[in-house]
Order: sequence, then structure tokens, then C-alpha cells
Amino acid sequence: MNLTLLAQSDRTIFMPEPASTIAGTVDGIFYFIFYVSLFFFVLIVGLMFFFIVRYRQRTPGEGPKTQITHNTPLEILWSVLPTFLLVAMFWLGFVGFLDMRTVPKDAYEIRVDAKKWTWEFIYPNGIGHPELHVPVDRPVRLVMYSQDVIHSCYIPAFRVKRDVVPGRYSELWFTANKVGEYRLVCAEYCGEGHSDMFAKVVVHPAGTFEDWLATADPLSALSDEQYVEFMADPQAFIDKYKDDPEIGENVQRLKVPALLGKALYEKKGCSQCHTIDGTDLPDKGPTWKGLFGKTETFSDGSSVVVDRDYIAESIREPGKRIVAGRQNIMPKPRVSDRELRQIVEFIKSLQSD
Amino acid sequence: MSTLDASAAALPAADLPAGDNYLTCDRGFKSWAFTLDHKRIGVMYLTGILIFFMIGGLFALLVRTSLPVPGVAGQAKGPITAELYNKFFTLHGAIMVFIVIIPGIPAALGNFVLPLMLGAKDVAFPRINLMSFYFWCAGVVLALTSLVLGGVDTGWTFYTPYSTTTNTAVIPVVAGAFMLGFSSIFTGLNFIVTIHKLRPPEMGWFKMPLLLWAIYSTGIVQILATPVLGIILLLLIVERAVGIGIFDPALGGDPVLFQHFFWFYSHPAVYIMILPAMGVMSELLTVFSRRHIFGYSFIAYSSVAIAVFGFLVWGHHLFVSGQSNLLNTIFSAITFSVAVPSAIKVFNWLATLYKGSINLKTPMIYALGFIWIFGIGGLTGLFLGTLATDVHLHDTYFVVAHFHFVMAGTIFTFFGAVHYWWPKIMGKMYNEALGRWGAMLSMIGFNITFLAQFWMGSLGMPRRYFHYDPFFQPYHVASTIGAYIMGFGFLLTMICLVHSLFRGKRAAANPWGGVTLEWRTASPPPHYNFDRTPPVTDPYDFNLVRYNADTDAYDFIPAEERVAVPAGHH
Repeated sequence: MNLTLLAQSDRTIFMPEPASTIAGTVDGIFYFIFYVSLFFFVLIVGLMFFFIVRYRQRTPGEGPKTQITHNTPLEILWSVLPTFLLVAMFWLGFVGFLDMRTVPKDAYEIRVDAKKWTWEFIYPNGIGHPELHVPVDRPVRLVMYSQDVIHSCYIPAFRVKRDVVPGRYSELWFTANKVGEYRLVCAEYCGEGHSDMFAKVVVHPAGTFEDWLATADPLSALSDEQYVEFMADPQAFIDKYKDDPEIGENVQRLKVPALLGKALYEKKGCSQCHTIDGTDLPDKGPTWKGLFGKTETFSDGSSVVVDRDYIAESIREPGKRIVAGRQNIMPKPRVSDRELRQIVEFIKSLQSD
Repeated sequence: MSTLDASAAALPAADLPAGDNYLTCDRGFKSWAFTLDHKRIGVMYLTGILIFFMIGGLFALLVRTSLPVPGVAGQAKGPITAELYNKFFTLHGAIMVFIVIIPGIPAALGNFVLPLMLGAKDVAFPRINLMSFYFWCAGVVLALTSLVLGGVDTGWTFYTPYSTTTNTAVIPVVAGAFMLGFSSIFTGLNFIVTIHKLRPPEMGWFKMPLLLWAIYSTGIVQILATPVLGIILLLLIVERAVGIGIFDPALGGDPVLFQHFFWFYSHPAVYIMILPAMGVMSELLTVFSRRHIFGYSFIAYSSVAIAVFGFLVWGHHLFVSGQSNLLNTIFSAITFSVAVPSAIKVFNWLATLYKGSINLKTPMIYALGFIWIFGIGGLTGLFLGTLATDVHLHDTYFVVAHFHFVMAGTIFTFFGAVHYWWPKIMGKMYNEALGRWGAMLSMIGFNITFLAQFWMGSLGMPRRYFHYDPFFQPYHVASTIGAYIMGFGFLLTMICLVHSLFRGKRAAANPWGGVTLEWRTASPPPHYNFDRTPPVTDPYDFNLVRYNADTDAYDFIPAEERVAVPAGHH
């Protein structure tokens, strides 16, 4: 069954498909205002066109049929009557908004890390993932933080939006009530990659979200000892454990660290500034192709042959030593030690022969 | 016989040749560069603003030209990169808001018309008036400097911390906006003093043309709100230059503080833009329907009410930025209160058309178009003032379309006003057919452009997007087609005006039959505006003039011939 197609049929003419509990309320208020506005617009413009036709000047210099200057009761009437409608709109919007802002106590919490120009969703078990996965019919609270400029987390299908501001946590919540895939986008202008800063939202059917979460990161199944063994000789480790009753299923999804690093290269946003095909972006970072083993000269005149330690330092403390001719623009990425080592292996794999 | 007449008669004949007007009385570059004549300053503003309207419009077309194809994330669209696109919309917004629309009606047309409407020789402070113009020029030069230095990509709103961290030329354009703000403050101050001090003794507040109420209300907003913009822009420059930490959270600052200050000015600035347009509306609708304005005092007070309420609604731009629920509720409630005076004006204008004698000259087409456009602009504001729906619509194309319907309402009224006073300013008539085609095409194109944007906005299309979900492509294509139709319409309008300068027929003193005082002097007016002090009358009593078929214009009926005004007229 094509869920996306099914959901599309629920789209109304002016609003995207609704997929959260508050979407119905928001759409109801939207269409209420729409019909009130349509009524007044047709009234105003209709009268205008009627007057234009009915009272058009037939001969040059023709005078009007009245010179009435005012009618106070009428004017008071048309000042006061619309006010009641305005109060109704305000009230509906206010009540709906309070519902949007009052987070249920039992909401499932997911941390959101925004930076130019990626989203990362960190689940309660510590796994960071570029997609937002949520269970259906369960309140979810997003606790959001920005590492650089202001972003805004907007999920049109859920009718929710909240700015993600550096220096403070902001939150929003929703209860997705329709299984399917949706889009989360950045709504606050944040520069060159603003329109590319989107993420997939997956609403899982009841009971399957936990399964997804458990297997979201295949490495999560490995003990520290197994992880050391895996890093030492990945292929041998995979061959050895692929039929293991406990971790076999995860091991089959394991990749060698360089490939894991390549995935992180996309996921952590490294790809925004570093290419891996040798193209140099002068305003950004160096290409990773052939970087390992190359000699880099710093702005203070010192130099280094790029090795694992130097790469690790550059990721942990991007501003410590700046390569001559480059600017200090790299944000500090949020990577675990495991992830850092995978990125290092990936860069090493791009070494020139 | 007035004193002005007597003093003019006393001058040697050589100083006042017959038929000499403010355009021909003095020649040469210096006579314009150092002029203190409000009319010449108005003409210089008008020229500059029309040129920058075309430049700003060109950037708008570049924005629309970037958007008919959705593009692929991370990739350029032919020669247009995301970075370039961001500069296009930033420059479009900054030029249109700060250089064109804010000074548009008050500084260009207000300068020309305001003293004439008061029967005065000039504004209260002619030197400050010239200084305002040079501040405007300085602002323009700074904005152009930023363009030469590679442009700016912050959006016209300059939100921190993006604006403090991007490596484009932010400082010159912000300094430019700062200078333009000063220009605006001085203009507002000048006009307020002029209305207070140079109003003829017989012209009470409620005998002023409604445009003067609008310009007066605008002046209050300019004086009280613009300094706040100046402060925040200076802080932004200092933050960027030396990192004082007002906005940077890493240094203990607050990035959202910028938004509060910015909108504390920029929301009232919407009323700086729209109030003069509403004033112009009251002039155009009455003259071209030959009807006395309906409900003078309601319209006058609603201008003041809009100016006052306009100060208290800035927080509706921050409903999703992290503002407290209490503050959001208060700002939403006050926002709805602005809808009432706006609605009053629209209903009163409609009632003015009732049983009129409606003449669809070019300025009237713009005025009637404004009722349509402002109707949509105003009503769609209700969706955004409502908290629950604003959360969904905020920062989407719905907002973009909404404020274009409001601000371009001002632009269209500005062009209505340009056509209306053009014969007075230049002494030439324009080609009526060309004027009408320009008006119709630009407004039709405008509606296509932005109705498509309302639609995709409510469907969830965020603003300032270079790449987008292919789902929205049909809406973007429609919008771009509309933009080109609009551009063509404005091109016709420009051709119409330039054509008039070279080929236009000589304009009569009162081609439309207006009864405000500027129509009592020659077209173009003499250097000192009036040969004799004009009599103050009801600004909307069209029994004062009669149509002259020989000149296709109107003549004021001499007092002795006029029939008594019917009782109960007031």
C-alpha cells in the first residue's frame, strides 16, 4: 500500500495533508477565516464593480447623484459589527495556540541539533540520526538547539513550527496521527544551504518505532571489546559474527569504518564544505581527496604532515590551527569518539596512491 | 489683493517673466543641487525613486527567474547559485523598502503637494528638506557600495546572528539604511511642523485634505519609530565590527533581541508606507467620482488610530521565535484592533463611490485597484494575526504574498498619485490609453504573481528557498509568468511617463476637477506657488468647479456666480 499516495487524498485545496492531532483544529480556523474573508472580499469588490458600472460618468463633467457627506449610525455599525468576528478569530487562534504550546507530561523526548545546514535527531538511547522517526498516536516533544544561526523547525503536515535559536533551548510538540513519510524543513533563512536543510519524518505504525530505534545504529549492539575488535580488522569481524545469534542481525548491516565514515560525511554536514572528488572550494574547507599524507602550512608559518592525530585535532578543535589562506569558519561538529575515528578512516581511505 | 501679490508686483519685471514656472525659473546643475524649493526637491526624489523602483524591480525579476525550476539540492541552476539568489532577494527587499516605498509617497509627492495643499510657499524648513534629500542620496550610495563589494545575503531583515557572521558586505548596506532612516525622520519632522505652522488660519484640522491627515500621522510614526531602527542598526554594525556581544549568545547576548528592536521600527514602517497611500486614496476616489468624501472624520481618526496601534503590534512577527504565551496573546489581540480602522477606511471609500460620477482615468484605475489589492492584503492579515494559523503560515510564501499585497498596494497608489499630480508637476498630460494599459497589466500581473504565492504558502512552501519540492513547481511557474506580465506593465507605465515629458500635451491648471488648493495654481506652478493666496474651502466640495469642454479641464467658478451651497450639506 502506498501510504504517501493515500495521505495525499486528504489534502484540502489550500492546506497540506493533515497528519497530527492539532492539524484539524488549525485547518478549521483557517477555513473559518477564509470564508469570512471571502464573504467580505466579495461584498467589497462586488459593490465596487457594481458602483463602477451603475454610476459611471456618461458625459464629461457630469455631476454625481448625491453629495451625502456622512451617516454616523451606519459608520458606527460597520465599525462595530466586524469587531465581533475579529474577537471570534482571536479567541479561536488563542485557544488553538495554547493547545500547541502545552506539552503533555508523558511526551516522548527527542533532541534536535540544528546547524548549517543539517538536522540531527538524538533519541533517548543516544543515537543521532538524520531522520526524525516517531511513533504514531504518541505525544512527541522536540527539544531543539542551534549550533550557529537561527533556524526554524517546520513540519507542514503537523502544522507546527518553532525557531531554533543559538544559546537557548526551544521546544515544540505534536502527536502524529497518521502513519507515513513527511518532510521537515528549515523555515528561518540561514544562508546558502537554507533550502537544502530538510529532513525526512517517518511516522511508524503502533509498536514498530521501538524496533526501528533498536536497530537504528548497528554499532549499538556491539560491546566495547567487540568494537575494538571490529576496528582492528572490520572484514574479519563481520565474517566471524555474521551468524551470531545475539548480534548477527546487526553485524550483517555493519560496514567497514571507512564506509561508516562516508555515511557520517553526509550525515554530519561535512559535505557542505569539504568535497571528496578533489574540487577545492576556496571559501570553505579543503577537499578530503589526497588530504591524508599531504603537508599543510598554517597561518603562523608552521606545517604538519596530515595524519590521524592532526585530523582528530581539526575535528575536535577546528580553530586551533588554521591552514594558510583558509578562514576560521568550521563549526565544531558533534561527534562521538567512535564516529570521529570512522571519519578519520574515511579520510585516510581517500589518500592518494 | 494679498500681500504676496503686492510684493510680486513690486519686483522688477525681469525677475518674473510671464509664464515662468518653477522648472524654468532658474537653470543649470547648481540651481537643482542647491535648490530649497520643495517642488524641485520633490521632483529629484521622484526621479531617484522611479529609477530605484526599476532597479528593485529588476532584482525581483531575477528572483522569479531563478524559481521556475525546483533545482537539485546543493547544485546551481545554470549561472544562478544559491548564494547569488540570496543576494537577489536581499537587494530587492532592501531597495524596495528603504529606498523606494518608505520615501515614495511622502518624500516625493508629499514634498511637492503638501505646501501647495496648504496654500503655502514652501515647507517649514526648506534647508532641512534639502538635507533630507542628501541623506537619502548618501543612503543610496552606501547601498550601492555594498553592491560593488559583492552584495549582501542577509535578507532585508538583517537577522542576527546570521548578519553578524556572514562574510558578505553587511556594514555598508546597514549604514545605508541608517542614513535613509535619518532622511525619513527629517522629512516627517518637517511635514509635521509645516502642517502646524503654515496651515492658513481659515483651514481648521477638519478642513484639511485627508492626505494631510495621513502625512501627519505618518510623520509621527517616522519621528518616533525610526530612531529605534537607527539604534539597532548601529548596534549591529558595532557587533559585526568589534563583537561587543549584544546579540551573540556566546558573549552573553541575545539574538532575538534584534528582532524585537527591528520590528519595533519595521512594523510601524508598514504604516509609514500604507498611511500616505490611504491618504492619496481619499483624494483620488473623490475627484474621479465627483463625490464629497464619505465620513471625513472617521477616515481622519482612523489614520491616527492606525498610527497609534501600529506601535503596539510588533511582536506578531515573533509568534514562533520563543516569545512567551502571554506576550503572544497580547500582540495577537492588539493586531486585530488595527483591522478595525483599516476596515472603516475601506467601507467609507466604497460609500464615497455610491451614486458618484465615476470616471475611469488612469489614477482612478489605480485607486480602484487598491481597494481590490488592499482588500486581499488586509484580509489575509487576519490569518497571520490569529495565533494558531500563524504558526503554520509564518515564514512561508503566504507571508510573502500578504506583505506584497499591502506594500504593492502602496506602490500602485503611488503610481496613481504620480499620474494624478503629473500634469501639475510637469505641466504635461500623458497618453491616457498607455497609462491605463500600464495600470491594468501591472495589476493583473501582480495578482497572478502573488495569488499563486498565497496558495503555495498555505500548502507549506517556505520563503527564501532556492531549491524546493517539485510539488510546488506549477505555482512557481504561474508566479513567474505573473511577474513578467507585471514587469511589462510597469515598463509601459515608464514609457508613458517619459513619452509625456517629450510629447505630452500642455496640461491645464485643473485637468481633473480637484478642489484642493494645488489645483488653484498654474501647471506647473510658479516658483512661489501662488500668485495670490488661494481661498480655503471644503477640500471635497466639487460644486466649486465646472467642466470646460473647450479645454477638457475644469475651471473654478468665480464666487459671485456660485449658487448657494444647499442647506444640510455639512
